[in-house]
Amino acid sequence: MAVERRHVACPVEESTAAGIRVENLWKVFAPKGVVVDVTDPDRIAHAERSGAVVAVRDVSFEVKPGELFVVMGLSGSGKSTLIRCLLRLVEPTAGTIVAAGQDVTAMNPAQLTEFRRRRVAMVFQHYGLLPHRTVLDNAAFGLKLRGVPKEQRYARAREALARVGLAGWEDRYPSALSGGMQQRVGIARALANDPDIMLWDEPFSGLDPLIRREMQDELVRLQREMQKTIVFVTHDLDEAIRLGDRMAVMKGGQFVQVGPPWEIVHNPVNEYVRRFVQARSQVVPEDVGAYTDALLPANVHSAAAGQGVAAGGADGTAGSHAASGRGIAGRGPVGHPGRASHGCAAAPRTEGRPASRVSQGA
Amino acid sequence: MFPRELERHIGPSIDRAVDWLLLNYGSVFDAVSAGLLRLLLQVEALLRATPWWLIVASVGVGAWLLVRRWTTALALMALMLMIGVFGLWALAMETMAIIITSVVLALLLGIPVGVLMAESDRVRSVLTPVLDAMQTLPSFVYLIPAMMLFGLGKVPAVLATLIYSVPPVIRLTDLGIRQVAKSVQEAAVAYGANRWQLLREVRLPLALPSILAGVNQTTMMALAMVVVASMIGARGIGQEVLLSINRIEVGRGFEAGLSVVALAIVVDRLTQGFARRFEPPR
Repeated sequence: MAVERRHVACPVEESTAAGIRVENLWKVFAPKGVVVDVTDPDRIAHAERSGAVVAVRDVSFEVKPGELFVVMGLSGSGKSTLIRCLLRLVEPTAGTIVAAGQDVTAMNPAQLTEFRRRRVAMVFQHYGLLPHRTVLDNAAFGLKLRGVPKEQRYARAREALARVGLAGWEDRYPSALSGGMQQRVGIARALANDPDIMLWDEPFSGLDPLIRREMQDELVRLQREMQKTIVFVTHDLDEAIRLGDRMAVMKGGQFVQVGPPWEIVHNPVNEYVRRFVQARSQVVPEDVGAYTDALLPANVHSAAAGQGVAAGGADGTAGSHAASGRGIAGRGPVGHPGRASHGCAAAPRTEGRPASRVSQGA
Repeated sequence: MFPRELERHIGPSIDRAVDWLLLNYGSVFDAVSAGLLRLLLQVEALLRATPWWLIVASVGVGAWLLVRRWTTALALMALMLMIGVFGLWALAMETMAIIITSVVLALLLGIPVGVLMAESDRVRSVLTPVLDAMQTLPSFVYLIPAMMLFGLGKVPAVLATLIYSVPPVIRLTDLGIRQVAKSVQEAAVAYGANRWQLLREVRLPLALPSILAGVNQTTMMALAMVVVASMIGARGIGQEVLLSINRIEVGRGFEAGLSVVALAIVVDRLTQGFARRFEPPR
């Protein structure tokens, strides 16, 4: 918990080989001269009174290899600081981070640079593209920093661009692209690096709703192919539910609740989370039906199926939709694509959906 | 009135320092002076050897390539012709030699210093008042010691021009680098850019439009020094202005003055056009 802990080499278990384990992470933004000892609650309280801001407060969690873990919180909840701590863009005050089998918190600058170049890649809300470089150069940027020869890095960048649907745009400049396409370049840049871990910091927040939905589906598709370990930060509960294998609700620098999305929705741990969930169903009532398959554990599916049909009304577009299978529906509640039983359970329920959904899902 | 007995002067010690420098390091200053003069004379020889029509034509072609407007190209060529028509061509070339030499030196010195300033807040806090002094200290104050150290003529003129004109490029390099979007820099760091890579791949290229605006400003400042430079014996259009002031020949003064303006406009449009070429595509 204390600062000293960072210098102790952590034994790394097999399960965290490509995963992430965070223990007792703190980030305190203190004014100059204020020393913060996070082991002592009185000292923290005192520091806060003298102007220190605790952005991340004793957070521990684990992300399994291949898991998509969503951190959801409002602005100021500390979620952006948290994700930046994971590759030390923001220096943690205390705590341990083990990522891809390496103790990130114990790294010296050279090791940290190497870790950032090879193990982890980040996708940013504001894209962070180089305006004076072409799309191809931007996608190859991580590889360039790594010192990969030109031919090789362009080949991999082209591959990554094709993967996000940007083949043919290589020689354009970012300014010629729409926001959604710029973010695709950002994603291609991350993919080209072939990292173990991907960090997504509100990547779709700046996009308009339709494009956002499209990009979410894209991520689901990519993740089904790649099975990367992903930490995804968002302020949007719907997005968290659509994407997350597991999610955490963050408030005031702490995790209020951690669990699969269906659990958060159905068993909110306190009033704060409940308000979130309720606000969501008020704003987008017709969406609830669309998501219930992601919100429910497999063993309550038959019950949910009945509800779904009842709620949806008689708008029979059954067969085609069941076959097309929306990305989210096919993935199941905890994101294991291969779960056949879930796919079957979800199919009859989709009968009740409005026709407009079918085209989106295809 | 300020009490007399509280007066203290640093003047005498500055006098002694200059004397001491002259006595002990005279040969060093002579060597610097000789080197600078050789550089300057080469630039001047090149300008003089080039036929006038070639220079006028290259101004036109340069303007077309950089600004892409034939009206601008024609206007700049006309301004150059005007200098020749006034009979000031040779003097203008001498002036240009001084300007080019001091601007090149100013950029070689100023851009790295600007980068240092952007990288370190401490360097910045030390240099800011120095730059203020360089821009506001009346130039005669340092012209005289420069003359004592480097002799009369063009070399102290180049140095005085350098001192006066280097601050803009330093300031605008610093500003340009500091204004590079944090989000882009953060992305580069997240992908493992070290300090040098961050500077070369992100900060310098994105600051380039600002740096080139600094180049333009530095060049204009250098042109503003031509008359002052002529006072310590540097030949050129400035000398013509000085002479006509001394003889109260208003018309001749205007011809020379307009020629300085013409040079300034030509240089400004060309460097601005050059700077604009490096703005990011939008």
